[in-house]
Amino acid sequence: MDDFLAARSQMALSLGFHIIFSCIGMVMPFFMAVSHYKWLKTNDEVYKNLTKAWSKGVAIFFATGAVSGTMLSFELGLLWPKFMEHAGPIFGMPFSLEGTAFFIEAIALGFFLYGWNKLNKWFHWFTGMVVGVSGLASGILVVAANAWMNSPAGFDFVNGKYLNIDPIQAMFNKAWFSQALHMCLAAFTATGFAVAGVHALMILRNKNKEFHLKAFKIAAIFACIGALLQPLSGDISAKDVAQRQPAKLAAMEALYKTEKPAPLLIGGIVNEKDKTVKGAIKIPGALSFLAHGDFKAEVKGLDKIPENEHPPVAITHYAFQIMVGIGTLLMLVSLIYFFILLRKKPLLDKRWVLKLFVLAIPLGYIALEAGWVVTEVGRQPWIIYGIMLTKDAVTPMPGIAYSFYIFTAIYVSLSIIVTFLLYRQIKMVPYVYDQLKSSNKLN
Amino acid sequence: MEYVVITFLCLGILLYFLLGGADFGAGIIELFTSVKNRSKTRKTMYQAIGPVWEANHMWLIIAIVILFVGFPNIYTTMSVYLHIPLLIMLIGIIARGTAFVFRHYDAVKDNMQEVYNKIFVYSSFITPLFLGIIAGSVISGHIDTEANDFLSAYIFGWFNWFSIAVGLFTVALCGFLAAIYLIGETQDAHDKRRFIKKAELMNVAAVIFGAMVFIAAQRDQIPLVDWVFKNTIGLSAIILASLSLILLWYLLIKGKTKVLRILAGFQVTMILLAISYAHFPNFIRLKNGNAISLFEAVGPEKTIYSLGLALLLGSILILPFLGYLFYKFQKKEE
Repeated sequence: MDDFLAARSQMALSLGFHIIFSCIGMVMPFFMAVSHYKWLKTNDEVYKNLTKAWSKGVAIFFATGAVSGTMLSFELGLLWPKFMEHAGPIFGMPFSLEGTAFFIEAIALGFFLYGWNKLNKWFHWFTGMVVGVSGLASGILVVAANAWMNSPAGFDFVNGKYLNIDPIQAMFNKAWFSQALHMCLAAFTATGFAVAGVHALMILRNKNKEFHLKAFKIAAIFACIGALLQPLSGDISAKDVAQRQPAKLAAMEALYKTEKPAPLLIGGIVNEKDKTVKGAIKIPGALSFLAHGDFKAEVKGLDKIPENEHPPVAITHYAFQIMVGIGTLLMLVSLIYFFILLRKKPLLDKRWVLKLFVLAIPLGYIALEAGWVVTEVGRQPWIIYGIMLTKDAVTPMPGIAYSFYIFTAIYVSLSIIVTFLLYRQIKMVPYVYDQLKSSNKLN
Repeated sequence: MEYVVITFLCLGILLYFLLGGADFGAGIIELFTSVKNRSKTRKTMYQAIGPVWEANHMWLIIAIVILFVGFPNIYTTMSVYLHIPLLIMLIGIIARGTAFVFRHYDAVKDNMQEVYNKIFVYSSFITPLFLGIIAGSVISGHIDTEANDFLSAYIFGWFNWFSIAVGLFTVALCGFLAAIYLIGETQDAHDKRRFIKKAELMNVAAVIFGAMVFIAAQRDQIPLVDWVFKNTIGLSAIILASLSLILLWYLLIKGKTKVLRILAGFQVTMILLAISYAHFPNFIRLKNGNAISLFEAVGPEKTIYSLGLALLLGSILILPFLGYLFYKFQKKEE
């Protein structure tokens, strides 16, 4: 494996892994806080047990997310030293703030996990909220740093030199808002569906119905609100990308030729050699509308962009199709769920709805990862869009392939262990939380 | 503002050494505890570091973020030429953190526990070893940015007697810090005695490895003796550390625990000061005789200004909260 490809694969793997874990660590605290609030208000033991059960998940994911995040802060330099040498001082602002947010999150988590029966109950609840809020803030800040790579700002690039650096302007670059909004909603949607799905599965298996139904309801409401809002944020993102990164938009839609009006392609097989797409469903004018809000507008195709600046079209296109397809599906599930809630039908009678949620367990995360593939692969060949090429940023050290193999082995084993741990946590629910009502034995 | 940033950088490194070090040390102590006492040690340790360990490791993140935002040249030089030890350290950090959490949160306590334990104790040893190696390499003057072959560019920069001696010294210091810390965390008289013994052992180990560092420095032609003894700050730091060592042993034998912690922290701080003061503000010493200084490598003005501001703001938020965390979970006497 060549070093450049190995470095890219290692980065993709590390980010792909970190994204899932940090999303869970970022969203679950809010579920926990809702359940915790209900326990404090209603004194219903089930909510207390649920909070504790979820907090164990949060602890596992936070630790995994924290160590994989620590890794990333080093990997940026280990793999892309040339990039960090120039980019560090420019886009470092969100990272330094994120350090603070992350620190606060770790402290708050310490309070929360070990504070049962030791702290004032509302202060205890508050520390749980702090975990969530600072986690979310960390997420937004890190995405703002990524957005800078898509939409460089806060410096003047003169003769290969980075001058007049302004880190604040760099942080509030043009892409930060649309990307951060899209990411936060995605995190809530994906985590919500995954959590709701697991609890739906347990309900279908007739295990601890009361416990799992309460859990399901909390997670599902977050998931469904997220899924319904996501298309709006997607629209903001699409218009934004069309304006800033026409090459990325063209690759997302495999638009090889500039067209006016441009059709939206759904599916299809991309042939990168012949620059054609076969078997796609074409909706005339729809891409023009999505990109520019006008059915007749011109959309820039890849023909307007120098060949050596083309992103990999097939991967970007497929990833985009997967993301939008799943997003639409989850939106439909959400509509069904709200319809049932509005008609006040008992959920337990609607087993098919629960089954839908079970099917949706991995979908949110698949869409989320696909979305990141669109952003990151769609930005290639640039590491800083229009400024620095990815291949110029890679480390001079040879043998990166071996480090990639090691990392792959680590991440695969971590994923297996975490899945295994969660499986055991869920399997133990009936023993720990239901039959044993004396919950003080837990800690 | 650059002084603010540099202060925070030094503070981050120091606190990571003290708090993170004590944390690693807990694993090292476990590694060197006889099998029959292990589960007891594990329990004390879990109660002691469970609530605070993640926060302790944030200091590393703070230090690394300061480096890559404020001193990109230092960060990238380290990343390129110390790639391999950094990688091993990272793997250690991952393995250790996850094993620690996994062993506590595995709902079923079975054979898997042994697996987690093994990973935890060995990575607790390897991580500070490589942290020490990295720290040693940075000042060793063995990093060769002009090398043309793989070995001299990516291996010999850190694989030398001096760096490895510093690594072992770091491990001993971590073990020492942890033992001192744990003495105050247990109520059990028998346990207390065990930890005191461990602290004595680790202290002896630290003195031996410390001597080895000097020998290795001599062998690798590093002017460590000059750094430490030829300027007043270095010399007085070493004298203070040695004097407090006598006091420390006296208190250890007497079993006084409260002052011990402060004293141990003080000693490690003095050691760091003695080693680093002479070549401050130089951060990385290179083979060609040049050095990368903090003041030369410092990033653009606006960056440093906003970084300093972020750090100040952050500490207003973090420090009281962190202090309360330590306070809340350490008051054992009441």
